[in-house]
Formats: sequence, structure tokens, C-alpha cells
Amino acid sequence: MTATPVLDALPAGSRERLALLGREVSFPAGALIFEEGGSADRFWIIRSGSVALTVHVPGRRPPTVETLGPGDLLGWSWLFPPYEWHLGAEARGPVRADEFDAPTVRVLCVEDLALGYALAQAVARVVADRLKATRMRLLDLYGPSGSGSMP
Amino acid sequence: MTDSGRSAAVVIGKDGLAALVEVLVERGRTVIGPTARDGAIVLAELASAEQLPYGWGVELEAGHYRLRPREDGMAFAHSAGPQSWKTYLHPQRVRQWSAERGPGGEVTLRADSDPAPSYAFLGVRPCDLRAIAIQDRVLTGGTYADPAYRDRRDGAFLVVVECTDPGATCFCVSMGTGPGVGEGDDEGYDLALTEVLDDAGHRFWARAGSAEGAEVLALLPRQQGLGTVAAEATATAARESVTAAAGRMGRSMPPVSLQRLMAGSLDAKRWDDVAARCLTCGNCTMACPTCFCTTTEDVTDLTGDHAERWSTWDSCFDLDFSHLHGGPVRESARSRYRQWLTHKLGTWHDQFGSSGCVGCGRCIVWCPVGIDITEEAAALHAETWSMLESPEGGARP
Amino acid sequence: MTTPVPYEVVRWESETADTATVALRPAGAALPSFRPGQFAMLYAFGVGEIPVSVSGISRADQGLVHTIRAVGAVSGALYGLRPGTSVGVRGPFGTDWDLPAARGHDLLIVAGGIGLAPLRPVVVDALAEPDRYGRVNVLVGSRTPDELLYRAEIGHWSTATAAHVAVTVDRPDDRWTGEVGVVTALLHRARFRPHGTVAFVCGPEPMIRATARDLVHRGVPAQRIRVSLERNMRCATGHCGHCQLGPLLVCRDGPVLGWDRAEPLLATREL
Repeated sequence: MTATPVLDALPAGSRERLALLGREVSFPAGALIFEEGGSADRFWIIRSGSVALTVHVPGRRPPTVETLGPGDLLGWSWLFPPYEWHLGAEARGPVRADEFDAPTVRVLCVEDLALGYALAQAVARVVADRLKATRMRLLDLYGPSGSGSMP
Repeated sequence: MTDSGRSAAVVIGKDGLAALVEVLVERGRTVIGPTARDGAIVLAELASAEQLPYGWGVELEAGHYRLRPREDGMAFAHSAGPQSWKTYLHPQRVRQWSAERGPGGEVTLRADSDPAPSYAFLGVRPCDLRAIAIQDRVLTGGTYADPAYRDRRDGAFLVVVECTDPGATCFCVSMGTGPGVGEGDDEGYDLALTEVLDDAGHRFWARAGSAEGAEVLALLPRQQGLGTVAAEATATAARESVTAAAGRMGRSMPPVSLQRLMAGSLDAKRWDDVAARCLTCGNCTMACPTCFCTTTEDVTDLTGDHAERWSTWDSCFDLDFSHLHGGPVRESARSRYRQWLTHKLGTWHDQFGSSGCVGCGRCIVWCPVGIDITEEAAALHAETWSMLESPEGGARP
Repeated sequence: MTTPVPYEVVRWESETADTATVALRPAGAALPSFRPGQFAMLYAFGVGEIPVSVSGISRADQGLVHTIRAVGAVSGALYGLRPGTSVGVRGPFGTDWDLPAARGHDLLIVAGGIGLAPLRPVVVDALAEPDRYGRVNVLVGSRTPDELLYRAEIGHWSTATAAHVAVTVDRPDDRWTGEVGVVTALLHRARFRPHGTVAFVCGPEPMIRATARDLVHRGVPAQRIRVSLERNMRCATGHCGHCQLGPLLVCRDGPVLGWDRAEPLLATREL
């Protein structure tokens, strides 16, 4: 069983309540799961397969910013206004995932504040991890100077 | 000769000191000792004891050194000069190996095999004797021994002269390294002398600390024989003047564990204060008798087929010292002064089992802006202490 | 300082545009045997000497393998050496990864950039005796697909052994089908029991710090996170003073040490 950091971070009762809202979906290889600027009305927890987060750049293949895999949360823009995707997501092979309807989850968060807080914190944790990872990559540590252990 | 015989003391006069230099030269040794030159007491090769700085003393302060004539004509009534014995035992430039590249590109490497000179050091102060022992531990005491240093050191004959007139920058008492030496075979010297000048005359209480020391001592003309009343009186006078010297130290270190103080002061504000004054010139490291750091230099001749590797003194104050492909690890003056001081007084214990400071005061004297190691340690102590006493810091332990 | 012993370059393989792996064999008497994690001082004739970790140990012919990235004068000269030429070698120096002490534990080998070089012999040794260890995880971060070291060998580890091997790059090209992201992002899909794991981490210092902190957070004991550090070195025998890191001489007390000791030292700026 793959660890799912987002769900694992929730208290037991909340985890079950949220899980009830999920439905299993699958995407064929190459499927565009969402596109930049689209309405962020869903999110997924990946069960299997790999998803690329991409940016549309005219004249070249969309560069991959990051890849996500089993256990990862796909999508966090659904939690914050204006609820629009700021990247695109593409299935790099067959992908299976649990899909959640964002408006329903947002309503649940308001109704059950403890669940809402725990989920917001779990998503914030994912965002923070990705921010840290992005900063690390900004440093280009493996680049021509400043990289390596023993030269 | 028995150990008790070896440590038995005799008294020699100025003629005995002259004979000592002659005997050592006759035995094939290069005698190095203090002499007054260029407005300082420097170390140089001595052909005769007449070159010793009879009648010269020194006036020392932070960033201040003056040679002063003495009316009493004493030879060793001066404290640490600009150099130390590392000039000879751990010289500034040493060739480590030579390499030849043959026509087929094959490389032959040869360790440097110049024979070490046979030194006799005359006038080693007790603090400097401890400094030599510290460098011994660094350069020969670990997994790897520096063979060239070991050869120079093993062949050196050490004549210690106890201190009877410490300078204003001396703090050996608080470091436990002076102003006297102990008796016996494991003190690290071959001969120990104490200069005595009183109504009974100018003379030296002398005792051997090794078999060779005893052998040399036996060859010297004695002014007062073993066990005579006069010899006992000289010994007493010598001990008294060394004891008196211990009470006249110009400076002292705070009486705390400097190792713990340094380990607990890495974030002290005082580093900014001292960094604002420090020129990072590295003079303290050059003058310090224990600073041992070296860098390397690779040279080739014009054909490009003969190469040599030299090691040269280096200083942790140099920006390149900590260079790591992108740049230096220790860029700020603050971090470089902190490295020097915390190493000298603190992490030296972790690395080599003792302090790296012997209280000679050279770093204070030869600092162009007069930074005083004892003052810096005291300020760090005061800062740490005030933190412990502050309400946030809780009670004193 | 000891004098280098001549070794002959017997193989030169390009890894990336500026990195090559060279195999050395003693021209005469060999040095004592190296352990994974230890380093040699490599002398380029007339140019100078630098510390380089062993990236391979050929026990059969007492050979050494080093992966050299041309970043300075000496590493540039060493990178340019071709089969048949000579290099001076001193060593072995420093502490090693101490793989035998990890018996019975899951292994987590995390490498960033050229940090994979000192870890390669650990992977090779661990995969040679898989029964001695629990799950073996090899996580590798590279700048680009082209800058990934030992590509064929990593492919072999991945397909022909039981190890969990994952590679991630910062900047993919159009052909790259693997992961994109930092190496720490691979941790949550690795298979290891935090309390029964020994981690070996090597790469740029910020990557080491980020990885070690993440592992501590996941419950791996700090003393079982072994990291390899780098400082300026001139002699490697504890006599030149250059490699000091607080109380440590990295040439003697390192380069490999536990995170419990490394963490406070790396947390002090400009130490």
C-alpha cells in the first residue's frame, strides 16, 4: 500500500468521511487531466501511474515542471480562490486515481471545521514541500560550480 | 649515569655558557639562539656565546615591541621575540617531493631526502618548550607523521632557559606552561638553565634532562660543584626568581575551561567587535609558536618534465584558506578570527588533546592593531556570563 | 607528507560533458586497499593534488576508479588524462561508509549530482550481498538526463536487482520519461522502515541538509544517517589545517560521519 501523505495527515474520522467522497477514475496515457487557466473543481490522489505538471510555451513541447506519482496529491488550486489551475497536468502513462469533487469537499470543510482545518493543513504541507523543493532546484546545486562532493 | 646523577645540578658561569656553545658546535650541531639584531631579539645561528643578547631586554605591549638596554648585563632577561623555534623545526618552505616525467609519460616520484640539520637550540623558553611539544603532537602524534619534521625534531638538542623576567604580554602561568620547567627525563629538554645575577655574581644553575644533556654538562667548566653550599644557594636563588617571575605575569587568561567557553561562544557578539579591528593580516599566525597550517605549491621547470611540490606556511586568515570551488567557506573577517581563536583555545583540544596556546604573548605584541587574545577571551567570557545571568538565560549553573 | 605512488590510467570513460570516470592500476606497488567512502589524493603531474573519493574499487587487480569533474586546474588536468598516462596517488584517507555496520537494516542511498560517485561502491557492495540487508533503495537526483552518471549501470541496478531505484532530474529534456523534481521528493515512495534504516547521503551540502532533515522527520535516527562532507584539503594527513570543521579535521574524522555530529557543525555559518 502506497503512503498517501495528505490522507495520512488527517485524523481517523475525517479520513473516512473524506474517503467516502472519492471515486476511482483512470486516465489513458497522454490524457490532459487539466489545463492551465481551467476551473479547479476537482483534485486527485494518485493510485498508480505518473502525472507531469506542465507549462504551455508556444513553439515547444510543454516543459515538465515536476512529476507526481502514487500517493501524491494532484491539484491544490481548488482550495484557494480563484479556483483556477495555474499549471497543466498530463498523464505520462495509464493513471489511476481517486477523484474528489472540490465544491463538495469545500462545503464539508465548512461544516466540519476540524476536518477542514486538518485538510487545509495537509494541503498546505504539500504546497510547502513543493515550494521547498522548487527553491532547492532554483539553486541549481548540481550545476557547473558549487556542485558535488569530492570534485 | 643514573637518573639522579642526570638531574643533579651544577652551576656554570658565562665561561661555561661559552663552552656550551663550543661543545655543541664541536659535536657537529648548528647552534641557534637569541641575538640582538635589527632592533629585536631574533633567533640566529650562533658561532659563539658572545652573540647572545647580554645586556638587552625588551619592552612589550599590545602592538608594541622595543629593545631596551639593561644595566645588569643578563643574557636571557627578555621574553618571546618575533620568531619561534618553528622557524627551524617546521620551516616556512619545505620541498616535499620531486617528480620526473619520462619520454613515455611515465611519472617517477621521489620523496625529498635532504638530511635534516643537527640543531641545538639555546635559550628555549618554557612556553616555547611546550609549544614544540604541541607541534610534535600535531605533526607526529596522529595516524600520519610528517617524516621531515620528525627527523629535524629527533635530532634537535634543546637547552631551556627558565624565565625570570616576564614581559607585559606574557600569560604562561594561566596556561600552565611556564615560567619554569620541571625536573627529570620526561620534560622534553636536554639541558635546563636558570640565569642568576646577584651579589654572588652572574651564573647559571644547570641541570640535565637527558643522557646527552648530562654528557654535555659534564664537559663544561663548573663555577660551583655538585652539592656544595654555594651551588645549593644558587639553586635556591634560581627557584626563587622563577617563582617571583610567576607572580609578575603581565596578563592572564580567564580561569575557566577555555575549550567550553569557545564551544559555547560561536554566536557571540564579540566576534563582530574584534572583526571590526582585525586586519586579517595573519601576523598572529606567523608569530605563534604552535600555528602549523601549511598550503602547497606545485612548480615545474622550463622543460615541464621536472616538477616539485613545496609546502609553505599558510594562515587561516587568508581568504583562500577555506576555498571550496565556488568560493571561501569563511569569507567574513569575523569567521576567520573566530576560527583562529576557537581553534587555538578550544577545538585544538578535540583535535590534538591539548590547548594550542602556551601564553607566550607573541600574537598580542605582533598584532598591528594590538588585538589581545586574553582580552578577547575575557570579553567572550563576560558576554557568555552575562547571558547566563540575564532573566531569559535563567540562573547561573 | 607521504609521497604519491604512481598509478597508470587504464580506462577513461566520458560520463557527461565535463565529467569522466577513470580506472587506475598501480604501476608498481599498490597502496593499501580502499573502503567505500574513503578518498585518495590524486596528483596531476606539475599541476597539483586534489581529494577524490573512490567511485569504484577493483579488488582483483588492486585498481581504483575515480569519477572526476573538471571544475578547476587540477581536476581539469586529471579529467584530461588518457589511458597509458600516469597519475600520482596517495591514500586511502578518511572514514568510510561502514556498510558492514548496516547489516540487517534497510538501506537508503541518496545521491545528488556527482555525489553519486562516492556512493557507487556502496551500492555495488550492497547489491553483491543482498541477503545481508533489508530493502535497498537507491535515490538519485541529477540536473539533466545528460548529466546523470553511470546511466547503464543504474539501468542494471533497476532492472536486474531487487533494489528500488529511482532517478529524478531538475530539468528534463524531450526524451526523458523519468521523474522530474528534487531527490527528497522520492523519499515517500521508497520502501524502508525508518527505525531499521541506515541512510547514506552525498551531494551538495544544501541537498545533504534537506535530505537528512527530512529523514529525521520520518524517524530515521540521526546517527544512522551517514553523510559525506567536503572541505578544502592540502595534505589529507591532518597536518595542513585546511579541512577543519569546528572540532573535526574532515580528512581524518570525515569525510563520512553521522548526521548527529554533522548537523550542529553545518548549522553554524562560516564554521
